[in-house]
Amino acid sequence: MTVQPLLKVRDLSLAFARQGMDGTTTLTDALSNIHFDLHAGETLALLGESGCGKSLTSLALMRLLPPNARYQSGRLLLASDDPRRPEDLMRVSETRMREIRGRRMAMIFQEPATSLNPVMRIGEQIAEVIRLHRGLDTQATQREVRILLDQVGLPDPDKAATAYPFELSGGMKQRAMIAMALAGDPQILLADEPTTALDVTLQAQILDLIRTLQQARQMGVLLITHDLAVVASRADRVAVMYAGQIVESGAVSDVLHHPAHPYTRALLAALPERATRGQNLFQLPGRVPSLGQWPMACRFAPRCADQEPHCLLESPPQVIIPGEFCSGPVEHQVLCWRAGDEAMTSHHEFMAVPARPPHEASKVLDIRDLQVTYAPGNRLWPWPFSRWFGAKSPARPVVDGVSLTLNPGETLALVGESGCGKTTTARAVLGLQALSGGQISLQGMPIAGQGVRPPTGWRRNVQMVFQDPFASLDPRQRIRAILAEGPRALGLAPEIYSEAALCALLERVGLAADALDRFPHEFSGGQRQRIAIARALAVNPAVLICDEPTSALDVSVQAQILNLLRDLQAQTGMAYLFITHNFGVVRYLADHVAVMQAGRIVEQGTVQQIFDDPQDAYTQSLLVSVPVIR
Amino acid sequence: MDPIEFLHILRNSLWVCLVTDALLWLLFMAFLIGLGVILRSPLQREVWRNVFQQRLAVVSAVILAVAASFALLDSIHFRQPLPALSNGAGAPDTSQVRYAVEVNSVLDLVLTGLRDGYEKTYSAPLAVHLSALEPITVTLPDGSVEVRREALRLKVAGQAFAPGAVSDVDYWRDVVSRVAVGILGGLAAYAGCVFVCLALLALIRGKHSAVVSRRHPVARRWAMLTLGVVFVITGVFASLSLNFHVFGTDKVGQDVLYQVLKSLRTALIIGLVPTLVTLPIGVILGLAAGYFRGKVDDVIQYVYTTVSAIPGVLLIAAAVLSIQVMLDNHPEWFGTAVERGDVRLLALCIILGMTSWTGIARLLRGESLKMREYEYVQAARAFGVSAGRILLRHILPNVFPIILITMVMEFSTLVLAEAVLSYIGIGVDPTMFSFGLMINNARMELSREPVVWWTLTAAFMFMVVLVLAANILADAVRDALDPRSERQS
Repeated sequence: MTVQPLLKVRDLSLAFARQGMDGTTTLTDALSNIHFDLHAGETLALLGESGCGKSLTSLALMRLLPPNARYQSGRLLLASDDPRRPEDLMRVSETRMREIRGRRMAMIFQEPATSLNPVMRIGEQIAEVIRLHRGLDTQATQREVRILLDQVGLPDPDKAATAYPFELSGGMKQRAMIAMALAGDPQILLADEPTTALDVTLQAQILDLIRTLQQARQMGVLLITHDLAVVASRADRVAVMYAGQIVESGAVSDVLHHPAHPYTRALLAALPERATRGQNLFQLPGRVPSLGQWPMACRFAPRCADQEPHCLLESPPQVIIPGEFCSGPVEHQVLCWRAGDEAMTSHHEFMAVPARPPHEASKVLDIRDLQVTYAPGNRLWPWPFSRWFGAKSPARPVVDGVSLTLNPGETLALVGESGCGKTTTARAVLGLQALSGGQISLQGMPIAGQGVRPPTGWRRNVQMVFQDPFASLDPRQRIRAILAEGPRALGLAPEIYSEAALCALLERVGLAADALDRFPHEFSGGQRQRIAIARALAVNPAVLICDEPTSALDVSVQAQILNLLRDLQAQTGMAYLFITHNFGVVRYLADHVAVMQAGRIVEQGTVQQIFDDPQDAYTQSLLVSVPVIR
Repeated sequence: MDPIEFLHILRNSLWVCLVTDALLWLLFMAFLIGLGVILRSPLQREVWRNVFQQRLAVVSAVILAVAASFALLDSIHFRQPLPALSNGAGAPDTSQVRYAVEVNSVLDLVLTGLRDGYEKTYSAPLAVHLSALEPITVTLPDGSVEVRREALRLKVAGQAFAPGAVSDVDYWRDVVSRVAVGILGGLAAYAGCVFVCLALLALIRGKHSAVVSRRHPVARRWAMLTLGVVFVITGVFASLSLNFHVFGTDKVGQDVLYQVLKSLRTALIIGLVPTLVTLPIGVILGLAAGYFRGKVDDVIQYVYTTVSAIPGVLLIAAAVLSIQVMLDNHPEWFGTAVERGDVRLLALCIILGMTSWTGIARLLRGESLKMREYEYVQAARAFGVSAGRILLRHILPNVFPIILITMVMEFSTLVLAEAVLSYIGIGVDPTMFSFGLMINNARMELSREPVVWWTLTAAFMFMVVLVLAANILADAVRDALDPRSERQS
């Protein structure tokens, strides 16, 4: 007899209802025929870019959908005590559903900071769940809270139980969150991007923790992620989602090593980890269509390199991949007309990037012993009460003795955990942050430091591309004004921001000239990042600081932006100071790497040195934590 | 009044421009300019379309527009010429024109019938008799004299009826027929207006789009409906007013409907003019505090913490009373009582503005504190854009929705504040009309027998409709414009 899965999802379809202006209701498909099983002790990864319906699937399982969502069809069968009579979650009452949530199925969210109630102690929040679902008495509940906090690896469970969320660090909060999810002793754990907000080292710890707990308790874990490397290292099976459908599913080794769907192939090819240095990344044209604009037939067809005429006419069939690729008992399924077609482009053609101009000897950016301390307060009157609340000791420098040099046409990657002072260093170079020690020189001219008067117009030589493409463009200005702001403020010649020059600028970053008169909200994240790059490029800087420019973007869009940055560097010989925590990007793009920890540079060297032979213990731990696709 | 006479009076009068008139019209101009900007910017058009997709917002906007048009008509003041004196020989002396001391507005002229129709004292809505019984001396047929207490017939109202007692049948027949005529008249006027507007639109847009585009069906349908209702109500009121006092009369026999309509201008001025004081102070200080932080922030915070610690009513009372004393000591400053009342109203507006800027300053300080860390502001700073320019180009446009929302929300607060201040006697000049004064006067009337309920009711009804419309519109504007609520949708 085969083991019954914990959860069977059959043909789940969902739509959003939208009230039209004339009173009619239109339905927009959001999920179509979602179909999977989840077994005990198994991790199923739902993989996909943003807007594909991953989170919606998990919310649908918990019946926590927004009020305008409508179930169209399908069954959500949750195994119960009697194996022949599973419960259909779509049919049970809301009262029963409340018993199921937390007790049978629990959820971990992406942002630990906002998923804990800030005014309740951690212990109370966990105890609440235990009381609700397991009806233990006070003593037993307290004991259980301690055991749980101990299990999730919090160093001092008693102290953690009485702590408020703000007293815990991000990683500890996520552990507390997991303890809360486990409090009801659930059989199924839904983890919605549980580590996206965390650093690499923390990510590895949390994923390991989930894995250990899962094996100890034989839970089924539905891991929702956009990170292929996480899938490769932590999941047993994977379901790739695209535009509300599962386009490919199977064992992780099958799907990642023998991808059958063009979308999965494209995602893998777009990964900088897998690309060779010096070659352009594979670019998937376009982006995930937004809700309600999904093509009628094959939803991936318009972006597909292997598209055939009938792909656009008829919905593709569900195909089970036979033969030697299929290992083990898990079926490898794909939703594609051309599944198994040998003629499909299995290896995308990589374009070689033009060779770089020879390095000039002079350093374009020279940071020496940079020290930044956030002043405890620039107050008019000293605040009289600070003494009562424990006067602060002299502030610890955020950046402490950082020295970096950057040659023209070169890329220096600055890596480290969040809060280690990477962004502060960048702000200091841009002159947005006062130094408390050290000196910064740009093209041989000192621009910041003690008693330094920067030469006029120095700002045109160093510019920045920011992390969040949605916050980096003023929503109330047209692209024309955004691009012209820099040259105008720096008093450059009007030709630099003439109509023709701005059009040429847009063309260089791969946008059409008609973008000039539009507003930022009309563009997607990737396009906005292109505009941000164009804005920096408008003044033709010698140094471009890129602060995690792709961390907010999907994998396929990230590849486009990285290619663009490479091409631009080859054309102009700009030097990049690339701040990131994505080691794939570092390996692909950077020439030199500087590893930063707690305001200091702990190791510095070429990419080969750092990756192949790290000396510092911290660098080694960072590299070990990075999930990789083997 | 026939149009010829109307124009004749307007042409020969001495125009008086009160300060609040100028401000109200300036605000109207600013509103028109803002409208033009919105219509030309596609982004703004999209945002405002969201506002007016809500039916209640459309209804509120129309109601406010009607109130505003009354207030604007009431803000064109003039002094009518007096009949020329005869210079002894009987021939009029035309060399020197003298003007009346009374300052009237165009609205007064339109409402001449209501304004001049004084009764002796209180009368109930739609009454033909005074509300109180009066002793009258009757000579009986047998020659003896008896004093009876009777409700007298009104002087102005009920003239369509024959003298003496009015039978119920006659009375109701008259009322119903007038209501019917009013409804029909209102509908006819509405149809006429719509026809003229459509014709004008067709002329402007050319014959191709003679059929109005159907892009905002909700907004248009509800605006038309509300306007239709307003027309019908106006028609009914106008028709009834020819023979009755629709809302009765007050202690001195003045028509309450007239008072209520005149109060609209005061309410609008009180609701709008203080923001002219509030906005510059609040916006500049708030944005500067948040953007510059440090010492600038400290000073500004201390100032507004101090200001908001002083009870507003106390400050207003002190200021209004000292201004009152100053005005009383210098009667020679003003030609007419209206001008004096106007200066007092302006002073009240300024002091209301001076005490209410702390809220918006605090709000904007928080916003600019947050916004200065936004990456587009950092990018601008990385280009060396000056602080003033960043505040003007990047931060101000992005906090503008918040400013607008605060302004609209403040409107109703201020209108209600006026009522309270007038009630405790430190509000507008008693010679003016305002909801607060009407409610203040009504205080005594409620203890009379029979109860005089209509002044309070009329003032209350109009004020509630006005404030409710403003609140609903404010909510709609906030829903559509507030960047903080955007994320939820």
